[in-house]
Amino acid sequence: MTVLPLAVAALPRLDRFASASRRLPPWLVSWLQVCPLAFVLVVLFALPTLLFVVVSFWDYDRTGIYPAFVLDNYRDLLTTPATIRVYLSSLVFAVIAWAITLFLGFNIAHFLIFHVRSAAVRTLLFLLCAIPFWTSGIIRTIAWIPFLGRNGAFNQIVMGLGLTSKPLDFLLFSSFAVIVTYVNLFTLLMVGPIANSMAKIDPALIEAARDAGASRWRIMVEVIIPLSKTGIALGSILVFTQVMGDFFVVKQMSGGQSASIVSTLATEIQAMQYPPAAASAVVLVIFVALMVAGMMRIVDVRKELVK
Amino acid sequence: MMVGGQSYQTVGRGRPWTFYALAALFGLFLLFLYGPMLVIYILSFQGPDGGVTFPMVGTSLVWFEDILKPGQMANIPVSFGRSIALASIVSLLTVAISVAAGLAFRRRFPGSGVVFYLAVASLVMPSLLVGFGIGLGFRALDTKPSLFTSALGAQLTWTLPFGLFAMFAVVNRFNRAYEEAANDLGATAWQRLRHVTLPILLPGIIGVAMGAFTLSYDEYARTTLVIGERNTLPLEIYALISSATSPTLFAIGTITTGVSFLVIGLTLWRILRLQRRRAGAMPS
Repeated sequence: MTVLPLAVAALPRLDRFASASRRLPPWLVSWLQVCPLAFVLVVLFALPTLLFVVVSFWDYDRTGIYPAFVLDNYRDLLTTPATIRVYLSSLVFAVIAWAITLFLGFNIAHFLIFHVRSAAVRTLLFLLCAIPFWTSGIIRTIAWIPFLGRNGAFNQIVMGLGLTSKPLDFLLFSSFAVIVTYVNLFTLLMVGPIANSMAKIDPALIEAARDAGASRWRIMVEVIIPLSKTGIALGSILVFTQVMGDFFVVKQMSGGQSASIVSTLATEIQAMQYPPAAASAVVLVIFVALMVAGMMRIVDVRKELVK
Repeated sequence: MMVGGQSYQTVGRGRPWTFYALAALFGLFLLFLYGPMLVIYILSFQGPDGGVTFPMVGTSLVWFEDILKPGQMANIPVSFGRSIALASIVSLLTVAISVAAGLAFRRRFPGSGVVFYLAVASLVMPSLLVGFGIGLGFRALDTKPSLFTSALGAQLTWTLPFGLFAMFAVVNRFNRAYEEAANDLGATAWQRLRHVTLPILLPGIIGVAMGAFTLSYDEYARTTLVIGERNTLPLEIYALISSATSPTLFAIGTITTGVSFLVIGLTLWRILRLQRRRAGAMPS
């Protein structure tokens, strides 16, 4: 909470800011510029996170929650077989969604950056990929229902083509539907960072590799992939965390066959069982943080973004 | 947009086979991306006797009229208004805060790493947990969560990191020579910001405003636990999904996507116009 007094102290000086700014040390100018952001992140993100860490050690019963220091919430959580099961199933979803979005994202980024010759066409195609990202995730999820359903558009096409005589049942309300929806929602999170990395590759490097006799495959493996790994890591982090934090898609598309970590947690919150929900939240945060930290080891994300 | 770079194919040489393979993949991906959405837009014009799947039994606007009738859908128009109001405020705050922060990050300053990683953490934090924490905070302060307090705050933890990272991309391409020129011509810091820096960054800033607006307008995971008693549109839709089995839901989807498209379209049009005017003003 050191930013708040700083922000208040700066207020009376704002009118003289223009003339005085050349005398302000540069780091102080940066501090003033960044303090609204720091304030919001501390008050609305860091403190609430700290709060559920604290509450995870509290005691509770049917009538309320009580300040305490007990480890029961964690013990109950970690000794329930359901916890392991739901983490495993979320992890499987995350890995499959990650592999598919990585394949698609890498190839699409490669196509946009290295194969499309005109900058205007490239921008247009990139926008076509990006526009759905700015529309509702809920609507894009339920849009699959009339498409994949038993009498849905996909079955009608497949049966119309005579490929199958009976409608395919596994399409909707299944793990398949969950994966399809994840890929549909999150591929852009891969395309963006990877395309950004690829756009920074000096074409002269590729030209040089080709002049030295490298095949298209070797250029890909030894030049393009190593130079895109920051984008790959960033995209992976975004896709992975989105899947691990999801509760809507699994609930809506699995037809009740799969649970997600967050949806079991949400049930506890609705039952006002805050301490066990908080313990579950802490475990999830640690799990996600470890995975993200592992991916961050590959690349210096900060250097990449801020320069 | 963010994507620059150069094609490494020499013009005049034929396209390699990989071009056609990737172009086909890209085409299929676009079909995959837009196909299901197109299905619900078409089905929202279903005739009065039709159902939630094909075939279309005539066409009509009854499902759109259904939204405005009193009854089950009564909350939709009101919540739409709330969503627009909230998204506008979130958008304004995001622009003001992330533009300032974007400028701050042009130099390293003590604590910059902390702020940066806080923003990263806020972005990758499972969304519902952000709402959970803020909800607990409001309980601890004995305050009721509501639209323009807790919900607004929860959405900022989502739009601000996006705004910040978008500003990094914008600021990275900014040529500081313009600012130095302004200094040399005797501009004060305020004049420099007002007449040089901000106008040059304007297309990027408009992009951030749009991004924040649409992200807020469609947000549900962070908002759902801290909305209080008056729902936003996505939460209203979320509540309807399990109960509504008529094409009305698709009609709502068509309208809300239409609003998103309108915002995106207007923004791109403005940015394009700015860039064209700029290209005309600067002889190359």
